[in-house]
Amino acid sequence: MLKIEDLHVSVEGKEILRGINLEVNAGEVHAIMGPNGSGKSTLSYILAGRAGYEITKGRVLFHGKDLLEMSVEERAWAGVFLAFQYPVEVPGVSNIYMLKAALNGIRKYNDLSELDAMDFIGLVKGKMKDLDMDEKFLYRAVNEGFSGGEKKRNEILQMSVLEPTLCVLDETDSGLDIDALKIVSEGVNRLRDPSRAFVLVTHYQRLLDYIKPDFVHVLAKGRIVKSGGADLALELEEKGYSWVEEKLAS
Amino acid sequence: MSVTHLPNTHYANLLSAGSTPQMGSDASWLVSLRERASTEFAEAGFPAPRDEEWRYTNISAIEKNQFTLSEKAGEVDEALLDEVLLEGCHHLVFVDGFYQAAYSSLSGLPDDVTVMPLSEALNAIEEQQDLFKALLDSVVEEPAQGFINFNTALFTDGALVCIAENTSIEKPIQLAFISSKDGALKLTNCRNLIIAMASSKATVFETYTGYDDSCYLTNVVTEVVVEPNANLSHSRLQAESLKAYHIGGVYSRLEDNAIFQQCNYVFGAVLSRAEVHANLGVAADCTLDGLYVGQDHQHMDNHTRLNHSQPHAVSNEFYKGVMADSSRGVFQGRIIVAEDAQKTDAKMNNRNLLLSERAEVDTKPQLEIYADDVKCAHGVTVGQLDDAAIFYLRSRGADEQMAKNMLTFAFANEMVERISFEPLRMKVLDELLKRFPQNDMKKEWL
Repeated sequence: MLKIEDLHVSVEGKEILRGINLEVNAGEVHAIMGPNGSGKSTLSYILAGRAGYEITKGRVLFHGKDLLEMSVEERAWAGVFLAFQYPVEVPGVSNIYMLKAALNGIRKYNDLSELDAMDFIGLVKGKMKDLDMDEKFLYRAVNEGFSGGEKKRNEILQMSVLEPTLCVLDETDSGLDIDALKIVSEGVNRLRDPSRAFVLVTHYQRLLDYIKPDFVHVLAKGRIVKSGGADLALELEEKGYSWVEEKLAS
Repeated sequence: MSVTHLPNTHYANLLSAGSTPQMGSDASWLVSLRERASTEFAEAGFPAPRDEEWRYTNISAIEKNQFTLSEKAGEVDEALLDEVLLEGCHHLVFVDGFYQAAYSSLSGLPDDVTVMPLSEALNAIEEQQDLFKALLDSVVEEPAQGFINFNTALFTDGALVCIAENTSIEKPIQLAFISSKDGALKLTNCRNLIIAMASSKATVFETYTGYDDSCYLTNVVTEVVVEPNANLSHSRLQAESLKAYHIGGVYSRLEDNAIFQQCNYVFGAVLSRAEVHANLGVAADCTLDGLYVGQDHQHMDNHTRLNHSQPHAVSNEFYKGVMADSSRGVFQGRIIVAEDAQKTDAKMNNRNLLLSERAEVDTKPQLEIYADDVKCAHGVTVGQLDDAAIFYLRSRGADEQMAKNMLTFAFANEMVERISFEPLRMKVLDELLKRFPQNDMKKEWL
């Protein structure tokens, strides 16, 4: 589904990603772990198409197509979704309005008819119930005045309504208390599907207690320095990132 | 202070021509008032950009266009009327500056509420004649700027609205001003006189509309008196043709403990000026809301002046502007707090969104405070759409234009949502949504 080949990315002349190689297939869950400043968030933003990055080398294929050539919205339409580390507040635009515009944009791209109001509200309310969210959130401005946990839950709500094929979760566990973490993780696990893949970008192993990855990659200084199974996350938790960095140095 | 310059010959000639008999030509008091205004106009003409109050708005296009006086009402089709007249209101309709009884509806108006055209007030009972006489030219500033004098000298009609003491009228009164197809290249002068007597309560709307692509000039003056403990809500929707010119003013006097809410929605005209002045009595409460949304080469000047001359008065002003393409917005907000106006609480906020590099906003808050125990706050912003928010919306599947539309709409809609009377809110919303071409923003979702 996703193939990243020798990806080099700079920001204002400074190289952040220095040759990333990663292949993600449908049905798989990949965790990308790494210390602060390793380039984790940059990788997430590159996949979503944020401006301000210079791709100096390499390519990213999504279902065989050049992802980097696609506009931000084309990626969303094609099935890429980034759950933001810091979801953006959009004053004056209600959650329901944004969700509907987003879903119909995606449906249009896939030659599906637009959902009418009744069907749409029914669909969203069902998903909200699963995430233990109050319906009043629908009519509130996107993320405005939401607590950290509410924002993260809102990201997962959007993900479950839009049903992307590639879900990239950037530090989704940060700012979540134990109960919220469980709810969010259950929300993600419900979406696990043979046709869908997940990339979990995280500093801590905590999230991986609830969402069990098939593969764990360690990102350090802009490179994937170690890959393994779920056990690698535990080993990292125990020994710390310095362990990887030391090994890298030696 | 107004700066004099040579009056435009064409418009000066209109004043002296006197070809058609004027409304009220048999009322000597009115004739002499008109003569005085004519004389002043002949001396000073229209305001020039040299005048500080007019430095951002050059009206030379009005002078060049040489509009002629509208002499009678033209035809207005049913479809336009349907669009203009708001549900659930009393209607007083003027076409090309002349009252149209056939389009108006005042049934069910309480006995102690007067809503009539000025042309009828002159021949009405003495009480109403006196009211007309007492109100006319009583609230406008001295010395009057050129457009007011021009209006005083030439007004063809307008509304007289009087809410009697202790009367509360639920149903809003809509004064609808329409320029017909025959109104092209014409100018109209209407004058409105509104008084909410002590402890009364009412809502009045003024709406301005014309046919698409019709070029004309609307020059209107509204004088408002809100007596002690009265509560008047006054909104003005300027949705003129995009080729028209609109000069409009609301001049008000708030007596002790009066409540006045004035809202201004500006969408139409290639060049417009909306002037709102309020003089506040002891503990008066004045709210000024405004929204101006410009496109193409539209020029929208909003000019407000709050005179806090007495203590304990409160004013809250909030104006928002959205300028796209090569449009230009102007906001000049002046608050004057006199020496005696202790405990004044005045807030002014003007926020602007620029959607293109060619768009421009000139915003100028002016606070003149002569009292020492007051609270005055003002804030002004001019900004662009938030890139992070655009990216976020696009990453969810809204295309770029849609994302920008959503954010722009949200910015402006804050003012629309403050409108409590639903038919007006829907009407203003329609005007706002018209500004989003190829839009898939649908009302049902808002």
